[in-house]
Amino acid sequence: MEIKVRYFAALRDERGLDEEVISGDYANAAGVYAYIKSENDLSICKSKLKVAINDEFADWETPLNEGDSIVFIPPVAGG
Amino acid sequence: MSKFRINAQPIDAEACKKELFDPAAGGFVSFEGWVRNHNEGKDVTHLEYQAYDALAVKEGDKVIAEALERFEVIDALVEHRVGDLQIGDMAVVVHVSSKHRGPAFAACEYIIDELKIRVPIWKKEHYTNGNSGWIECHECSKHAH
Repeated sequence: MEIKVRYFAALRDERGLDEEVISGDYANAAGVYAYIKSENDLSICKSKLKVAINDEFADWETPLNEGDSIVFIPPVAGG
Repeated sequence: MSKFRINAQPIDAEACKKELFDPAAGGFVSFEGWVRNHNEGKDVTHLEYQAYDALAVKEGDKVIAEALERFEVIDALVEHRVGDLQIGDMAVVVHVSSKHRGPAFAACEYIIDELKIRVPIWKKEHYTNGNSGWIECHECSKHAH
């Protein structure tokens, strides 16, 4: 399964990428983040993030489909 | 056109205001957020805003729709800047028109408060000592996300 992951703000800086496509069997977004976090030694805990799938806020446990686009959302600070 | 907009160019608040002109409106309230030169004791040289455009517009439109539902106002509009901003630049504008002033003040405050905690936009501060950092709004820690 191929999943597109886009990065913003602190996560973009830590990962050093705007986006990437990852391949593997991931049950859900929580699984994807666990993989990315350990693979890249990211410091930001999942508990600080929200998640969006295909440009909608989603639950971490939502099952993923081939080609889904995921964004892990660090704490926001607009305005 | 969406009532919540992300803009990489300087915000033209007057042009946005004209969109709300309405013969039924007797009041207009506007909030402008400007880049200030300090935050929490640190001297700020400039800011960088990033937005997750697609979701920011959806969530921002939802906030505006909620405000129109909750308060007796006629219309509202938000424009948020992204990219590199200098001290004094306008980062955000919230415009609200209404028959009477009370609901317009309330709706304006509701929109900017919700925007800050819900809409996926991020701010990086750059300091005079050369350091920089992504900001977390204080209200966020009080909310379950």
